[in-house]
Amino acid sequence: MNWQAIRAIYVFEMSRFFRTLLQSFVSPVISTSLYFVVFGAAIGSRIDQVEGVSYGAFIVPGLIMLSVMTQAISNASFGIYFPKFIGTIYELLSAPINFLEIVLGYVGAAATKALFIGIVILGTSALFVDLSIQHPLAMLAFLVLTCLSFALFGFIIGIWAGNFEQLQLIPLLVVTPLVFLGGSFYSISMLPPVWQTISFFNPVVYLVSGFRWSFFGLADVPIGLSLLAIGGFTLLCLGIIWLIFKTGWRIRA
Amino acid sequence: MSMVQISNVRKAYKDGFEALKGASLEIHEGEILALLGPNGAGKTTLISTICGITQPTSGTITVGGHDVVSDYRGARSLVGLVPQEINLEPFERVMNTVRFSRGLFGKPKDDALLERILRQLSLWDKRNNRIMELSGGMKRRVLIAKALAHEPRVLFLDEPTAGVDVELRRDMWEIVAGLKEAGVTIILTTHYIEEAEAIADRIGVINKGEILLVEEKTALMNRLGQKELRIELHESVEVLPGALADRGLRIEEGGQVLVYCYDTAQDRTGIATLIREVSDAGLVLRDLQTRQNSLEDIFVGLVSKQEEAA
Repeated sequence: MNWQAIRAIYVFEMSRFFRTLLQSFVSPVISTSLYFVVFGAAIGSRIDQVEGVSYGAFIVPGLIMLSVMTQAISNASFGIYFPKFIGTIYELLSAPINFLEIVLGYVGAAATKALFIGIVILGTSALFVDLSIQHPLAMLAFLVLTCLSFALFGFIIGIWAGNFEQLQLIPLLVVTPLVFLGGSFYSISMLPPVWQTISFFNPVVYLVSGFRWSFFGLADVPIGLSLLAIGGFTLLCLGIIWLIFKTGWRIRA
Repeated sequence: MSMVQISNVRKAYKDGFEALKGASLEIHEGEILALLGPNGAGKTTLISTICGITQPTSGTITVGGHDVVSDYRGARSLVGLVPQEINLEPFERVMNTVRFSRGLFGKPKDDALLERILRQLSLWDKRNNRIMELSGGMKRRVLIAKALAHEPRVLFLDEPTAGVDVELRRDMWEIVAGLKEAGVTIILTTHYIEEAEAIADRIGVINKGEILLVEEKTALMNRLGQKELRIELHESVEVLPGALADRGLRIEEGGQVLVYCYDTAQDRTGIATLIREVSDAGLVLRDLQTRQNSLEDIFVGLVSKQEEAA
């Protein structure tokens, strides 16, 4: 293992994040605050409680998931796409490193950034609502696994993308709708039966549900299923990345 | 001792285009080898296969005894690459990108060494500048600094002076000479013959994916070098008198100048006889000049010969 190389990529990617610390830090704080103003105060005051939890607190896990997923994807996809776009990928290809080390560097950095933003949002939320975390370890595990698996997913998108439009395509057309329809802002049980059934085909439901369970002990689906879903998604992404590695797809000219 | 060994390397693309058609080449340790060839000759492809950017379709390449495919870590850690295009992250600072390159090649942090490299390339004052603030020439130096950051034994310079002004080109040559002194093996591609002539120890000519020849620069120029003798006359002639008519002389400048081509490698160049014949014919010499054929003439000759054969 070329640990120096993994470290170099990681540090380089993180420095991009810290260079724009203001945006990295301030933008999630502002957007979270906006969500609380709109959903928490304006709408939430009419909903008051969902399954015994105040609506403001109820949406916290979903809000964190929404940001963490989109940030992990966009950071990882941009991280590997940008060198392809400006041509600095030649250095990665000519360095004594293998694909696994490249993945660890880029995905590790993207997951770290997403985790950082997740924690910032959690902190901001605590300013607006009373939060209790019933299963802190499970919460952390879900958070870290989500950061990692979606960073892996973003890495795949970055490898696949041939231009900036494609880079935005999947996050915009697939991920955002799935997250919004995945019970981030409501409980699946509030839906009509047909939509409940349809919702269970949405993988994000399992993640949000599991994550929310770690906060309040409430879940739309059994916690085991949630773990299976996030584990399965991670394995799927790893499998695809392994395939890309084997075939050199879209990496080597 | 051979540093890079290229044996029968072919590179074919999916559309059937063959960028390399069985190239073989041995690069000695510590030398400067110039690969000369027109655009699209396969220079960059050859370098890319050595550095791991593309993989050869068939054939083998070793660097320092390490196979570039099966033992790519061993091979690549010896190699530094300065690409033709200025591929740099515009928002990054000089020192950061150089540090990144060193780490990427598995070397521990060594800012003292990086300082030496940046000073050598006159980049030290710019170390905290963003790449986008630098001039084109400075960016090229950053590329070289990045390639040197991990102390490579072999340095590939792909068209290092393409689109660079004369002064910077001279600087670049000095940098290359300095690296050679430090024991680095250097392979550079160029289509400026002047460049190969100025700095290379050996010259390889590549065209259409084939290496047409590799030879010591001086030997190459001697072997293929034609010389011209220009005889300036006091009074112009229209028709060559007597024995001179059969010597294959060219008449130039309205009969004021006679041009005689000869091969420096031959035992008898025929110059002495010619001059005697000139004076026997009653012509009065004003001046004599000889001109060595440049590499450019040799190069153009080789490439056109290949085209005739095809």
